[in-house]
Amino acid sequence: MNDAQTLAVEVKAIEQITPLIKHFTLAAVDGGDLPAFSGGSHIIVVMRGASRVHRNPYSLLSSPRQLSHYEIGVRRMEESRGGSHFMHDSVQVGSSLEIAHPVNLFGLDKIARKHVLIAGGVGITPFVAQLEDLHGGTVPYELHYSVRSPEHAAFLDTLRSREGDRVHMYYDSEGHSIDFEGLLSRQPLGTHVYVCGPAGLISRVTNTAKSCGWPNSHIHWEQFSAPPMGDAFEAFLARSQLTVHVPPDQSLMESIEAAGVEVPYLCRGGVCGFCQTRVLELDGELEHNDHFLSDADKAKGKSIMPCVSRAHGKRLVLDL
Amino acid sequence: MSAVFKPDETFRNDFTFRNTPEAIKRFPMPFPEDKYMYSVNIEPHTPGAKGSVNEFAFDVDEHYVAECRERALVLDAEPLRFQALPHMMSAQWDCLELIMESLARDYPPHFSLTKQGNHWHWINRPLGLDQQFIFGDVDTLPQQPLDYICRQAQGDFVVMDQREGDLWTEAGVVTAQADWSLDFDVGMTFKEWHGPVPLAHEMHVFDRALKFLLNLRLGQPVRRLNWTMTVNPRLDTSPENYPHWGVDRSRVTLENAGDLAHLRVELQGLWRLPRSNGVLFGIRCYLISMRELVTVPKWGRRMHRVLKDLHPALVDYKGLTRYRDTVVEWLSAYDDGAPTSSGTAPE
Repeated sequence: MNDAQTLAVEVKAIEQITPLIKHFTLAAVDGGDLPAFSGGSHIIVVMRGASRVHRNPYSLLSSPRQLSHYEIGVRRMEESRGGSHFMHDSVQVGSSLEIAHPVNLFGLDKIARKHVLIAGGVGITPFVAQLEDLHGGTVPYELHYSVRSPEHAAFLDTLRSREGDRVHMYYDSEGHSIDFEGLLSRQPLGTHVYVCGPAGLISRVTNTAKSCGWPNSHIHWEQFSAPPMGDAFEAFLARSQLTVHVPPDQSLMESIEAAGVEVPYLCRGGVCGFCQTRVLELDGELEHNDHFLSDADKAKGKSIMPCVSRAHGKRLVLDL
Repeated sequence: MSAVFKPDETFRNDFTFRNTPEAIKRFPMPFPEDKYMYSVNIEPHTPGAKGSVNEFAFDVDEHYVAECRERALVLDAEPLRFQALPHMMSAQWDCLELIMESLARDYPPHFSLTKQGNHWHWINRPLGLDQQFIFGDVDTLPQQPLDYICRQAQGDFVVMDQREGDLWTEAGVVTAQADWSLDFDVGMTFKEWHGPVPLAHEMHVFDRALKFLLNLRLGQPVRRLNWTMTVNPRLDTSPENYPHWGVDRSRVTLENAGDLAHLRVELQGLWRLPRSNGVLFGIRCYLISMRELVTVPKWGRRMHRVLKDLHPALVDYKGLTRYRDTVVEWLSAYDDGAPTSSGTAPE
C-alpha cells in the first residue's frame, strides 16, 4: 500500500482506560461508514508529526457489525520511537489521522471446533473484535486474559458483562498465572488456540501447545514488533542509486520512505512478509527482528524485512 | 453501458449467440504479442477505459439477460453447480454485498440497492426482480445469498477461505467453465485445485500467485486474463456434460472452422472479502468466433501465429489437439505476414 490509498478519519473520542492504554474512537471524515472487516484485523495509522511520519499497526477492537466508527487501543510504550507517544500526547478529539484499509493476518479459523483465546495486556485488542464475531455462534470459545494487576485489565467490564464465565482472568499482582500445560492438554480435538501479547507469553503458549502435540495449523499468534532502535547505519538502494542514512530511532523502511522510495508493505510489524527485500551486497551483519523469515533464511543473509530489521557493518546494498 | 440486451440468444442447441460489432470492438483480446506463454499478468482491477470490459468492477454487456437464463437452466438441471460449505455463509453475504453494491453504483438504470440498516431492497430491472430482504438472514432470500446473486451476474464465481497459509475452494457458482468441476474441486487447497495445469507448477507460478493472493488487500482487487478455445459458443463446457460437447471437437472442418471455433477469454477478478476475510474469484467468460475475430485484421494475424506456435503441452491441456491444425489453416488466409504492433488494441 501507499499513502494515496488511505482513508481520512477524525478522532471522535479518547478515553484513558488503564494507566497505560488509551482508547481511541475514529470515524470517517465524510461521515459515511468505514470498510467492513473481520475480527483480528489491524489498521495502519499514519501520524504526521512535526519532524517525521509514523505508521503504526493497531488491531481494530470495535464490533465488525457496526461500521460508523473504528476503535483502537494504544499502549504507551516505554521505549517508544514516537508513534505511541504521538498518539498519547499529540492526538486530541477532533484531530485528523489517515488510516489504511483493514488487513487481517490473525483471522479465526472457520472450521475450528473450539477457540481458545489467550491475551496478555494490550494483546486483548484483536480478541475484543473476534469475540463479537464468535458471540451468538455455535462454536464454543473461551478467553484467558492475563494482566499485571486489576487496573490494567482493559475492556474487562464489557467482556465480562457479555461473555460471563467464558472470561478467565489472571492477575500477576495476585500471583495468578495461566496453567498453560493444564489448559492446552485438556482441549478437545479440533480446538484452535490464539495468542496475542508479549513475546514471552507467545513463546510459552506456542511451545507448550507443540509439546502437548498440537498441530502447527491450530496454533495462531500475532505480535507486532515495534521497529527496535539500534545503531545508525547506511544502506545503498541499487535501483534508485540512492544512499539512505538510518538513524538510531528510525526504521530502515521509514528512512527509505523519507528518501522518496516506496516499499510495499501490509503490517509494518515483521509479520506479513510483504516488504521482503533482496540484499545484494553485505559487508557486516543483518539484525533480523521479523517473525517471517525462517532461521535458515535469516542466516543466509539474502533478504531483509526493512519494516523492523536493521544492519551493522560497512556496506548494505538493497534491491530497491 | 449502452448495450442493448439480446435476451433470446442461446448457448446450446441452436447456438444463436453472436457478437455485435460493438461487442467485437471491446473484446478482451488476451495476446499482447504473437506468441503465448504463461506470465504473471496480474494488474490492479482499477476502472479501465470507458466502454471497455474493465470500466467497472463487474462488466454487464449485451449478453447479460441471455447468460443469466443459461445459468438458471444449468442450476435447475444440476443443483450441485452451486456449492457452499457451511462455514462459508459470511463469505456468501460478502459476495452478495460486493456484487449488488457494484452493479447498483455502476449501472443505475438497470440496478438499484437501498438500505435501511439491515433491511435491503434490491431491484434488477433487466431480469424483472424486486427483492426486499434482511442482510444476514438467509431465510429472507429465495436462495442462499451466493446462489441468489450469481444468478444475476455474468461469469463464474469461486469463493476461497483463507486459513493455514492457504486458500481453500469452498463455495461457488460454476456453470460457464472451461472443463473443470466445482463439485469435484470443492474443499481443495489452491495448489490441489490447480493441479492439472501443465508447466506452471514447474515455473512456480502457483507459489507466487498464492503468496500474492494471501496478501490481497481489501479495496484493492486485481485482475488477469486467461484463455482457451471452445467449439460452438457453449458456456457450459463442464466435465459433467462432456458427452454432450466433447464430440464437437471432431466436427471442426476447414469449411466450418470460422463459425464453430471460438476463442474463449476469461477475465479473472480477485477481491478480498471484508467480513469473512475470504477471497472472491470471478471468472468472466467472453466468447468470439474466428469469423468475428478476423474482422480485426491484427487479431486475425495474431491468433494465427499464437495458435500455430503454441506449446504442445498447452495445446493438449486446453483440449485443442483435435482441431488446432484445422483452425490454424483456416486462419492462415487472414495472415499476410505483415508485422503486428505490440499490445492488444485493434491497431
